[in-house]
Amino acid sequence: MSKSVLTDSLILARRNLEHIRQVPEKLTNVTVQPLMFVLLFAYVFGGAINVDNGGYKEYLIGGILIQTLAFAMMGPAMSIATDLKEGVIDRFRTLPSRRSAYLFGHYLAEMAGSLLTIVILLGTGLIVGWRTHAGFLHVAEGLALLLVFATAVIWIGLWLGILVRSPDAVMGIGFVIVFPITFISNAFVPIQSMPSVLQWVASANPISVLIAAVRTLFGNPVSPVTKHIWPIDHPVPAAWIYSVLLVALGWTIASRRYRARTMD
Amino acid sequence: MYEQTVRPLKGAGDPLSGGVVATGLGKRFGDLWALRGLDLNVAPGTVLGLLGHNGAGKTTAIRILTTLSQATEGSATVAGIDVAAHPGRVRERIGVAAQQATVDGLMTARLNLQTIGCLHGMSKAEARRRGDVLLERLDLSEFASKLVRTYSGGMRRRLDVAASLMGQPEVLFLDEPTTGLDPRSRGDLWEMLRELVSEGTTIILTTQYLEEADRMANDIVVLDHGRTVAHGTPAELKARIGDDRLDVKVANASELPGAAKAISVFAEEEPMYDMDGLVVTAPIRPGVRVIDVVRALDDAGIEAIDIARREATLDDVFMSLTSNSHHQRDDSKDDQRDPI
Repeated sequence: MSKSVLTDSLILARRNLEHIRQVPEKLTNVTVQPLMFVLLFAYVFGGAINVDNGGYKEYLIGGILIQTLAFAMMGPAMSIATDLKEGVIDRFRTLPSRRSAYLFGHYLAEMAGSLLTIVILLGTGLIVGWRTHAGFLHVAEGLALLLVFATAVIWIGLWLGILVRSPDAVMGIGFVIVFPITFISNAFVPIQSMPSVLQWVASANPISVLIAAVRTLFGNPVSPVTKHIWPIDHPVPAAWIYSVLLVALGWTIASRRYRARTMD
Repeated sequence: MYEQTVRPLKGAGDPLSGGVVATGLGKRFGDLWALRGLDLNVAPGTVLGLLGHNGAGKTTAIRILTTLSQATEGSATVAGIDVAAHPGRVRERIGVAAQQATVDGLMTARLNLQTIGCLHGMSKAEARRRGDVLLERLDLSEFASKLVRTYSGGMRRRLDVAASLMGQPEVLFLDEPTTGLDPRSRGDLWEMLRELVSEGTTIILTTQYLEEADRMANDIVVLDHGRTVAHGTPAELKARIGDDRLDVKVANASELPGAAKAISVFAEEEPMYDMDGLVVTAPIRPGVRVIDVVRALDDAGIEAIDIARREATLDDVFMSLTSNSHHQRDDSKDDQRDPI
């Protein structure tokens, strides 16, 4: 009866996919919401925002990709908080399953959701007129960066869910954290249009660095750098460092928190 | 981390080869001992009833034995395996139905069981087959494809029991399995558990109901504030509890000692009284008529508001087993909860 972590993780991930089958609304935040954002910014706000070398639609997609993936923190946090609240977690812990499979199963299911998000966003982007203007390797690197960042966000979401325990609280805390972080950045408007203090904040914001890296790798226009800090001046290597560090951090704190919460 | 299965020979003469053994098991939360000094020796194929009120330590004991919680002191083996040293191997041999039904509301009953079966290492088809058998056995076949969140409390509970049986456990832990079940489902469940026991399964069940412990258990451990206050067969325990109870309610507290004295001639042991409820209670000797009690009280000049004869309840068990009489259960809570 020797099973691998992967087998158990897949069994548990199937559970999350089943949840989506039963409650498809759960998918709105990774499907309909990004789509709405693209259309809203491309056609409603976009006309008022000036971007050189390529126009706003080319600028927008990199920002929305990272912003939406950052919001994907809420999904895993909600799932874990619900499991903890309903005690389902205790059931799995009395089964002969690999201990790490529980978190890893959630990760796999959420990653599937984030992949879907990326596909939908790129598809919508192509429809509204976004294109890449870089070599295949650079575009591939951009996609890889998105996947690593998505991984980091999910692990941080898993940690948040164990920490907070209540699905309602997750909603509140998630919004309060993710909203300012993603909006005080170069995601939707070029940084130079902000007041000087905010320019510093937005330039130092790792989200800005990630977005700048994605835009650079896709060959899309980037927000001119006004406040020179190393990461925003070197977005691609900095984004990789941030993402890898965030994966390591998220994975560590989530696993640790999980062990602490489930071993009394 | 994950141990290979080495199934020991069951019932091979070694007392540790099956069943459940606990020695001096204790669990402390902060400075409060939720459980202390629990000794168990449950032979394979028998039923142990853990009897006690909420907060008595029943769930804590179950959580330690099912590897969900670590004991602060003492040790335990389940199916011959040390729970602290080899939790993974213990999990292969146990089934658990927790007090709170731990089933997934957003899946159907069938998928819930299938997922659990797969985590036990069964193939999908195998898990589905076993799940269907259990759903049938627990009278849930009709609702197999319904989302569990539409289930009533009793249905959830039955599904939880089914979930605990997916792995064909050697030892089954049921934490208040019949709470929230209607009398018929309760009877059905009891019958099913008896079948399992006759097939060799060891069961530890917790309950707040004396009747349930009486009907199901070969042995009963009575817990109060984390302590074992009695241990024996149902018959032994009942012999200690005594017969029917007599409650006499008086108008004011000053009459309590007089009332206690008046009814002591009918009682098996010293009457106890509850100052707040103004009630004197005593186990009554067989053959005593209520009318005689009324007369005796009248002769003593006690103004009884109400006189009632009733069967002994769990509360009476605790009254006679836990407190040194003239104490209300709740009054003694604080000093009993303190660690020594």
